[in-house]
Amino acid sequence: MKIFKYALLAIPFLYFSCNDDDDTPEPINEEEVITTMTVTLAAHDGSGVVIMQTYDQDGEGPIEPVVTVSGPISSATSYSGSIEFLNELEDPAEDITEEVVEEADEHQVFFNASSGLPLEFTYVDFDSNELPLGTQFIVAPTTEGATGSGTITVTLVHEPAKPNDGLDTAGGEIDIQTSFEVTVE
Amino acid sequence: MFRNNIFCFLLFLLSLNTTSIYSQNCNYDLSIEVIDLHDGTPLNNAIVVINELQIQRTTNLEGKLIFKDLCKGYYTLNITHEECENLQISIDLKKDTFKKIRLEHHLNELEEIMVISDNRNNSKSLFENKISKEVLEDYNSRNLGEVLKTITGVSTLNSGNYLSKPVINGLHSSRIILINNDVRLEDQEWGIEHAPSIDINSIDKISVIKGASALKYGGDAVGGVIIAETSREKLMDRVYGNVTSNVQSNGRGGALSTNFTKTNSNGWFYKFQGTLKRMGDFETPDYVMTNTGFAEHNFSFKAGLNRIDRGIDIYYSLFSNKLGILRSSHAHTAIDIINAIENEIPNVIEDFSYDINIPRQKISHNLLKLKAFKNFDFGKLVMRYDFQVNDRKEFDIRRGDRTKPALDLNLQTHSLAFDLESKFQNNSNLKAGISGRYQKNFPDPSTGVKRIIPDYKKYDFSIYSIYDISFDSNWLIEGGIRYDFSHINAYKYYRTSLWEARNYDELFPEIVVEDLGLNTLTNPKFDFNNFSSNLGTRFTINKGENIYFNYSISSRKPNPSELFSEGLHHSSARIEIGDLSFNSEVGHNISLTYNFANEKSNLTVNSFANYVNDFIYIIPVDLMPTIAGVFPYWEYKQEDAKLFGFDVKYERQYFNNFFAGHQFSLIKGYERENGKPLVNMPPANLKNQISYNFPELNNLNISLESEYVFRQNEYPNNNFEVYVPTQENYQLLDTSTPPSSYHLLNFASSVGFKSENGGSYKINLRVENLFNNLYKDYLNRLRYFTHEMGRNIMLSLSYNY
Repeated sequence: MKIFKYALLAIPFLYFSCNDDDDTPEPINEEEVITTMTVTLAAHDGSGVVIMQTYDQDGEGPIEPVVTVSGPISSATSYSGSIEFLNELEDPAEDITEEVVEEADEHQVFFNASSGLPLEFTYVDFDSNELPLGTQFIVAPTTEGATGSGTITVTLVHEPAKPNDGLDTAGGEIDIQTSFEVTVE
Repeated sequence: MFRNNIFCFLLFLLSLNTTSIYSQNCNYDLSIEVIDLHDGTPLNNAIVVINELQIQRTTNLEGKLIFKDLCKGYYTLNITHEECENLQISIDLKKDTFKKIRLEHHLNELEEIMVISDNRNNSKSLFENKISKEVLEDYNSRNLGEVLKTITGVSTLNSGNYLSKPVINGLHSSRIILINNDVRLEDQEWGIEHAPSIDINSIDKISVIKGASALKYGGDAVGGVIIAETSREKLMDRVYGNVTSNVQSNGRGGALSTNFTKTNSNGWFYKFQGTLKRMGDFETPDYVMTNTGFAEHNFSFKAGLNRIDRGIDIYYSLFSNKLGILRSSHAHTAIDIINAIENEIPNVIEDFSYDINIPRQKISHNLLKLKAFKNFDFGKLVMRYDFQVNDRKEFDIRRGDRTKPALDLNLQTHSLAFDLESKFQNNSNLKAGISGRYQKNFPDPSTGVKRIIPDYKKYDFSIYSIYDISFDSNWLIEGGIRYDFSHINAYKYYRTSLWEARNYDELFPEIVVEDLGLNTLTNPKFDFNNFSSNLGTRFTINKGENIYFNYSISSRKPNPSELFSEGLHHSSARIEIGDLSFNSEVGHNISLTYNFANEKSNLTVNSFANYVNDFIYIIPVDLMPTIAGVFPYWEYKQEDAKLFGFDVKYERQYFNNFFAGHQFSLIKGYERENGKPLVNMPPANLKNQISYNFPELNNLNISLESEYVFRQNEYPNNNFEVYVPTQENYQLLDTSTPPSSYHLLNFASSVGFKSENGGSYKINLRVENLFNNLYKDYLNRLRYFTHEMGRNIMLSLSYNY
């Protein structure tokens, strides 16, 4: 029976562990999520600004992202483009663009115009290896005055192969991919 | 006998004499029964001497004797038996007294008893598959899953090369209970990419009970129970142990393991064991699988007292590893997976390296056990307390701080159990027990990633009883029943949009603690009352020829991921949603086994049917657009399912030194209502082995193994058409179609030497995938991204002392 007396000494362990306090867990700051991508196109001829935005208020939750395009793109001018990524799940909203620029060698934004859209994109910002990043870019009509309609697909890829010859072979993981319905007038 | 009688007569005269001396009340009888402490059999010819009176008697065939007409008072009795240790007891005689005395066998006898008890089966009415120490030694650089695969009807579900979890009769994860040294392993076994935290070098024997019969360990083993044990310590003054080193070509690494045991004839012992493993990137025949290396170190220690009638021991084990996950297997969207499947090979292939980069897992599992037992009149009583801490960190490719895990779970479990084993005269045995368990899961919020598994506390209580009886030499019947109560108290943040989309705001308004706008804090509480039972029989046709029949009912409560999943599972690029309204799933399993064994051959035919009501599984229901693109949306469902199959194993020795073995197994699983096949059912497989032994050449053994895995032709079609904007078309996300069949050849040889100091060496050479075939396996979760391992040459040297 002596053995059992010793063994019973273990029981207090159980009680200690059961008596801990009942704190409710703290909420998590979801750092990784991107809720908002805003692509701003500023016309070089001063004719105005086109804003394309996608906003997913609950991240991967069931609410679908809302995609908006402020207006048509002019075929008479080229545009300076810039992209802003936000995480609005955090309060105040966190600017993810800074992180993307900081880790430029691990990121790249890809632009794909669908076949009916006479637009071409040129990278303006580059990473430390002089390879394209794409948060700053220029979009211009392929030939001045050409019109059409279709989609511009903007894709942010994390850890693509760099250099690469386009999205299809770049590998990596897609962080954001949105297609905007636009017309070129 | 005649001499005994005379002797008794003389003693009788002597006792008459004593009564006349003392005139006090001297008419008490002292009856004594001497039995074997180990198995309770009566001991004939045991001599009992009353020291004070200098009288002695000898037990009869029933182990009994009687001293008549003794006076009141204190007496010292000396009990001796030629096969046993001497024993002295004192007795205060106040009335007629019956005393049962247990004698312990001499130490040399104990050894044999130990051997017998070590071969005991965990279930009597169910055929058990076992893996011996020899096989374990041959596989010492592997993991548990790979070793279990040597058993017919057991396969593995893999995530890459080293993460592998056992699948028994088509079922895995929470449907399998893993017992490590009497302790139920609590290591977040629900996840497909969570391999069991157990070092095979710390185990001497593994048995697999298919079909949920080990009610002693749990009632929720719908698939089966895996029992890993260490052998009992020898009751003699000895030092023994072993050192094994292992190198292999694929992964360019190896393992080193050692164990050391010191035992004493007085029962005290201690032993320790340690393992180190280190591997670099594994390779397919064509390319390196970047970031698949791992490092593992394990340690265990045990010490205590082990006597036949009582014992106490303390056991501690640490399992820890750091494991790279194939760099290219981290996909983000449906389009990433489409691209990966189309490419067939990983998109990141670098030169061989030992680096373990991100993504990776870091796991540690601590187990502390305290166990004591003692034999009483009514049987053997065992008390066990154990404490486990499982810590899991998963590091993912992420922006910003990469040293921070994306998943950090800490699971602590305490349990206390009492078990009783009793033997009765009529060839029957009773096992019964009661246990309680407390478990706490803590997901660290500092990860900055939504918790996959919420904070919860779980309280379990269970009680069971198993009874078996042998009627004559042919029939044995075993039956058992178990009740499990579980209370789960969880705190979970739901995304408010999901909470409402699933109608939980109307179904479970009472569990809302606080609405924080974007998120809703809830406090789900569940009670589960589960009954499980088992009835089995063994019929012995002839010596070595048995039929086993078993019917068992098991009940499993839903696991945390089935209840609470909510969100993106990165490694499978799908959104997974659990369901708070699940109830327990109940499996009805019937198994029938025929076994024939003689000196030359061994045949086992095993068949089973498992009808699982409210089977919980996950199916794709839709596509869900998010800002990152489109994801398949999978939901856990509860439907009735059926699984059935059979496996055959035949081994035969031809001539003197030639051996051939054959194994085949087939499993089918369907949803009962619509006949849709279940996902991840192991395909049929056929294994053949021939080997030749040269006893004169240091027991040189050479063998060739062939393994043919058929293509799985029955699978659910969970494919989706996904719009690919850059291609302006729809493409098929084909995650369902199984890869083709494959055939592998393995070569194995071993040779043994005796060293001068009594130790022995063994050298093992093993070549797997001899022809360096390029293939994919249906049960590897990473098959979309990579092929399987190419040729692997493994050399191991072990020294036993």
